[in-house]
Amino acid sequence: MAADLHLKSSKQAKYNISYRKIVYHRFFVGLLLFIVLSLVFTVVFNAFSGSAPRSDFYERVNLEAVNLPVQKVDGDSPFSAPRFVNCTYWNCFNVYKCGRGGHDKISIYIYPLQDYRTENGKAVSHFSREFFEILETIKHSKYYTPNPDEACLLVPSIDTLNQKAFSSQHISQVLGSLKHWNNGENHLIFNMVAGSEPNYNTVIDLNTSSAIIAGAGFDTWTFRYGFDISLPLYSPLAYEIDNTQPKQKDYLIISSQTNVPSDYLAELQGIASSSNDLLLLDRCKNDINDYTKRCEYTTGKIFDYPEVLKNGLFCLVVRSARLIQSVLMDVLASQCIPIIIADTIVMPFNSHIDWNRIAIFIPEDNIKNLLKIVHSVSNERRGELYWQLRWVYERYFASIEKITMTTLEILNEKVFPLSARIYEDWNMPEHLYGPVNPLFLPVTAPKAPGFTAVILTYDRVESLFTLIRKLVRTPSLAKILVVWNNQKLQPPPASEWPVINKPLKVIRTKANKLSNRFFPYDDIETECQLTIDDDIIMLTPDELEFGFDVWREFPDRIVGFPSRLHVWDNVTSSWKYHSEWTNQISMVLTGAAFHHKIWSWYYTYKMPAEIRRWVDDNFNCEDIAMNFLVANVTRKAPIKVTPRKKFKCPECTNTEMLSADAKHMSQRSACIDKFTKIYGHMALKSVEFRADPLQYRETGSGIPHLYPDIGAL
Amino acid sequence: MQAKKRYILLTLLCVVLLYFYFARHGMKSKRLDTNYRNNLPSFATIEELSESPSRLKRNPNSKSKACRMETCFNFENCGNDPKVYVYPTDGPVSATYRKVLSVIRESRYATRDPLEACLFVPAVDTLDADPLSSEHIADVASRLSRLPHWKNGRNHLIFNLYAGTWPDYSEGSLGFDPGEAILARASVSEALFREGFDISLPLFHKEHPERGGTPPSATANPFPASRHHLLAFKGKRYVHGIGSETRNSLWHLHDGSNLVLVTTCRHGKSWKDLRDERCDEDNKEYDKFDYEQLLANSTFCLVARGRRLGSYRFLEALASGCVPVLLSNGWRLPFDERIDWRRAVIWADERLLLQVPELVRSVPPERVLALRQQTQLLWEQYFSSIEKIVFTTIEIILERITMHRTSRHREALIWNTAPGALGTLANYGDSRAHLPLGVCAPDPPVAPSSPPILLPAPSVPLIAPPVTPGNTFTALLYVQATSPALHKLLANIASSEFCEKVVLVWDSERAAPSLKSLSRMAGDLRDPLPVTVVDATTHYPGGGVSARWQPLWAIPTAAVFSLDGDAPLLAEELDFAFRVWQQFPERIVGYPARNHYWDESKGAWGYSSKWGGSYSMVLPGAALVHRAALALYAAAAPALRLAVRRADNCEDILLNCLVAHLTRRPPLKLAQRRRYKTAHHRYKSSWSDPEHFVQRQSCLNTFAAAWGYMPLVRSVLRLDPILFKDPVSTLRKKYRKMELVTS
Repeated sequence: MAADLHLKSSKQAKYNISYRKIVYHRFFVGLLLFIVLSLVFTVVFNAFSGSAPRSDFYERVNLEAVNLPVQKVDGDSPFSAPRFVNCTYWNCFNVYKCGRGGHDKISIYIYPLQDYRTENGKAVSHFSREFFEILETIKHSKYYTPNPDEACLLVPSIDTLNQKAFSSQHISQVLGSLKHWNNGENHLIFNMVAGSEPNYNTVIDLNTSSAIIAGAGFDTWTFRYGFDISLPLYSPLAYEIDNTQPKQKDYLIISSQTNVPSDYLAELQGIASSSNDLLLLDRCKNDINDYTKRCEYTTGKIFDYPEVLKNGLFCLVVRSARLIQSVLMDVLASQCIPIIIADTIVMPFNSHIDWNRIAIFIPEDNIKNLLKIVHSVSNERRGELYWQLRWVYERYFASIEKITMTTLEILNEKVFPLSARIYEDWNMPEHLYGPVNPLFLPVTAPKAPGFTAVILTYDRVESLFTLIRKLVRTPSLAKILVVWNNQKLQPPPASEWPVINKPLKVIRTKANKLSNRFFPYDDIETECQLTIDDDIIMLTPDELEFGFDVWREFPDRIVGFPSRLHVWDNVTSSWKYHSEWTNQISMVLTGAAFHHKIWSWYYTYKMPAEIRRWVDDNFNCEDIAMNFLVANVTRKAPIKVTPRKKFKCPECTNTEMLSADAKHMSQRSACIDKFTKIYGHMALKSVEFRADPLQYRETGSGIPHLYPDIGAL
Repeated sequence: MQAKKRYILLTLLCVVLLYFYFARHGMKSKRLDTNYRNNLPSFATIEELSESPSRLKRNPNSKSKACRMETCFNFENCGNDPKVYVYPTDGPVSATYRKVLSVIRESRYATRDPLEACLFVPAVDTLDADPLSSEHIADVASRLSRLPHWKNGRNHLIFNLYAGTWPDYSEGSLGFDPGEAILARASVSEALFREGFDISLPLFHKEHPERGGTPPSATANPFPASRHHLLAFKGKRYVHGIGSETRNSLWHLHDGSNLVLVTTCRHGKSWKDLRDERCDEDNKEYDKFDYEQLLANSTFCLVARGRRLGSYRFLEALASGCVPVLLSNGWRLPFDERIDWRRAVIWADERLLLQVPELVRSVPPERVLALRQQTQLLWEQYFSSIEKIVFTTIEIILERITMHRTSRHREALIWNTAPGALGTLANYGDSRAHLPLGVCAPDPPVAPSSPPILLPAPSVPLIAPPVTPGNTFTALLYVQATSPALHKLLANIASSEFCEKVVLVWDSERAAPSLKSLSRMAGDLRDPLPVTVVDATTHYPGGGVSARWQPLWAIPTAAVFSLDGDAPLLAEELDFAFRVWQQFPERIVGYPARNHYWDESKGAWGYSSKWGGSYSMVLPGAALVHRAALALYAAAAPALRLAVRRADNCEDILLNCLVAHLTRRPPLKLAQRRRYKTAHHRYKSSWSDPEHFVQRQSCLNTFAAAWGYMPLVRSVLRLDPILFKDPVSTLRKKYRKMELVTS
């Protein structure tokens, strides 16, 4: 029995083992298959993804190669042609090289690194950290391509950042010998320090032919507009400055530069000696080479640099040997408003960044009026400048990587103008200025096109038909759109619908969602749409016509009949929804409201998805969401039209009506709370007025009223 | 078991391989990266970055370089209010240039004294430098150099529309040497443009209106834009010569419905000799489409270069709300120094002509909506008349001058949004927060406070204007005699919740009352309301009725409640009006409404105080106005102010016209009150005096003529408090007494 048992168990064990084996086998085969498949997939993905087409045929440039091939530059090898002064994007840039491969972005090729040496073995240029970072940023950006034949821009990998650190003559020869040079066509040369003693040219002294120069310190003569790109002069010090700020700034104006030209310095000394508003700093006499210390000019009081900059409201950036100064970056990072004194300077990224939002410019002739000018800057402007500074700095200037990416983006926008971002995107942080109103033209909308009524309905056919019959009596109604939100029930056959003289269309939806009423249907051909519930049958044609006329005057707002208010509840510390008779309104319910069709489009495509999901899941609050959306974009309140009336007919006492429900109300309060959190602020605005016809409640003038039938309950 | 081991091994191997495959790149580069990077030297040492100049004084060395404002312009003669001097006309001048000169002469920039002028405009017609043109004026060069203040063109402004001639239409050949004069010219290319010095003009027709101009035609903003054609072009082509390639190849893109690009070679005398094989076919297609219809029915309009870079169709496209698609490589767009054309046009590339359809198709609909609105905005603000084009030119130059003196100019957004630069004063405030704009930005977070000012500034600093909309208003009373009504009004103002200050403009022969403050009602714990009395007869002698809005210096708020001394307004009405105005700071918000109408029988505008269903004016005898609008009123065209002074009347109509002209919106009438006069009123003659009425009628026509159009806009609505006359307990209502006011 025992043996039998044993046998059985061993049999079982054997069976188990073989079973396990099979499981193992299958598992490993599966795993192997998976691995192989994923390998194949990655290869295929790599090959077809846009970022690095055919990367397997061209090797990506290796920026860290240690043993570079040495290339001797012969003394008699040909020079590239000198810089073409009259280059524009249209005559020097070969646009046919761009957009190969069909994707709408530029592609950039980096020449392989080489160790260029002069005949006597000296390096032609030093490879600097910053240049390495520029190249590395390009290499890891979406614009990089390892294939020179499909490159739109080509970047020579010789460090040309500092005029003093390379030999112009030899680099001009190297450039001429580059494989794809072709007179510098579509080449991009980076430069930060241009010119040298005694002339201090404002552009790199190099035979760049028709290459684009991304350089710092251009003046308006050397900068080729729409072609070159003006860079900031990178400051390694600025990189270390954090974004904290003191509560109070101690100095109105700080001048911290050690290289202010002597005649300007004399003027500044004159100002500093007569006013405490200017803190004039210079090198400390006892330690001339310590760049982290600055001393007050007269008293010799020692300050730490760059920490002192945070203590100033305005900081001077004065031209010196060169037009652009690295102190500009220190000042920006310290959130001190720069005062720029450098005539004919071309500011960094001036084509896209509006420097008048960040800095104050004083002509060199006018230094004597420095204090007067600074005092005249209003508090509002000070605030605007101040808040802009750090945002701009962190977005465009904070590191070599940011500077490089901004350069590439500007070039990309030039070549592909459709990808260009507008002024607001470049210059106005949304957290300070809010979104841009898509309807900004100040007009009264034309009357002739009329409006489209969009009726959301489920199954209340009778009420719907009554509404349609009433609606068509409004003169400006252009069309009726019935959004049939019931998937289980067919809309009634055409023969049963009321006979009307306006076009009517029924749209059947795929799911019973409240958001369907705000879908921007192609059938809405007018600017204005009236969203209306199928049970709002108490509005007269005069009221609707007047509502439309009011909308025409305020085409970017929601204009409608039933209004509500949000109030702050101190007890629960939350927002509450209020539907009583109040003296204020902040929402107009979309049960009967006019609005521009663009808001439907915004609701469907641009509103935070979280809100739309909430609306569809809870089957509530679509109107609140719409009010939030419009108020958030326009920062304007909706407009209530005509006196309050009972919006639920007195004879309809059925309890299915959603609004009657107390739970419904608390849910709506929760909506307001939730939406406020999603937007990060209370977007709704409350107002104390409504719109009535001019002659409302006017009697005895003997003049017939334009909208006689208004305000009956 | 063996199999198991094998598999395990194999998998492990694969995993390791995979790991290396994926991680090799990232890991290695990251580790090496930081090391490698840190070992590299920085591009420049701090010494190199902060190099001091070797020479003491910079030497602009301007002679060899193109002109810049810093090198070729003399700022010395330009004070706080720079003036323009137009030389007296002698010699032939074309009709267009005559219009240019006349709008400058009649503008507020003009001066008759060359010695106080900052900018000079020669009366020598330089518009057309093409010797083959009938408008060409000969001998321009010598006439310019003979001008008494010419000095190689320094501080002169020269207008030019057509440069060069057949066959090469060279931009440089103006027929004279502009020297150091600022050139305002059309069709200028990037290569020749003196950056920050010259001004690029639009090319406009001979028939372009001198003033006024057609209002924007595309006021509708349907979304998505549903115009019949996507892209349109109808125009000449040249077959040969400069600028002909682009237009010659347009027929490739034509498809007859969506893309309508039709050209003709039927122009000039000898077109039949020059024609090519496509001409007949082209002409057939060309005759199928009407130019105006095309512009109105197309979303995008191709603006291809002609012989010169600019073309008339640029403005024509703008006017009809058709988004220009530029095919004119290197053209500097009109006023691009201040106008941000990225908001209104699309750049195509002549070299990539065949990609244009693809380009316009990929513009998203919301962008089209924005682009089209901007075309209308810009057309309206800067291009619809010669006056606007010339004023924009002058404003750009004047702004450079103020920038040089005070380091402030209008910010870019003012130029590119409503109401635009011509509708804001350059020296009014330095932030958009000071201006009456439709919407204000959200409140910024708190900035660190600025340092306490230790010593007074060396000279009196400019006082910044108040912030819009603010939380309080100033009551600006215009009083010609004391009356019980005035006392009642003052008492009402004193009990208003939002009134910060009262400014009483006393315009009477009798001595001004000495009033320092108004005491509050019993139980009101606030401090007495401060009052400033301004005696108009001594402060603004001869100012007439316009003096009522002169003392802006005394007004510390953006909201100004302009009141006649006897306006019977309740405190509630004052407060409600202010609450509404806060939402509409750009408009006039108030009680007494009037209307205008076109009188067919007289062929003139009529003025009406009848109680109809609409209105177009709200009289500032009891209305809130933005302080900046009053500042603009003071800077209105001299002809307008003269009309008011002569009539000693109509200042309220002028203010309404001015604000409507700027905002393009009607004013807002509140509640039911229509009368704002009690038995006493300031006009000696009776309110219903027909003569007074006729005078106002003629004012209205004068203003319409001066602007070239009727700026007033009608409205049919009024704004009431939410529960106004609703059947609900008055206890619930905030504005109770207002309901009792019936008319």
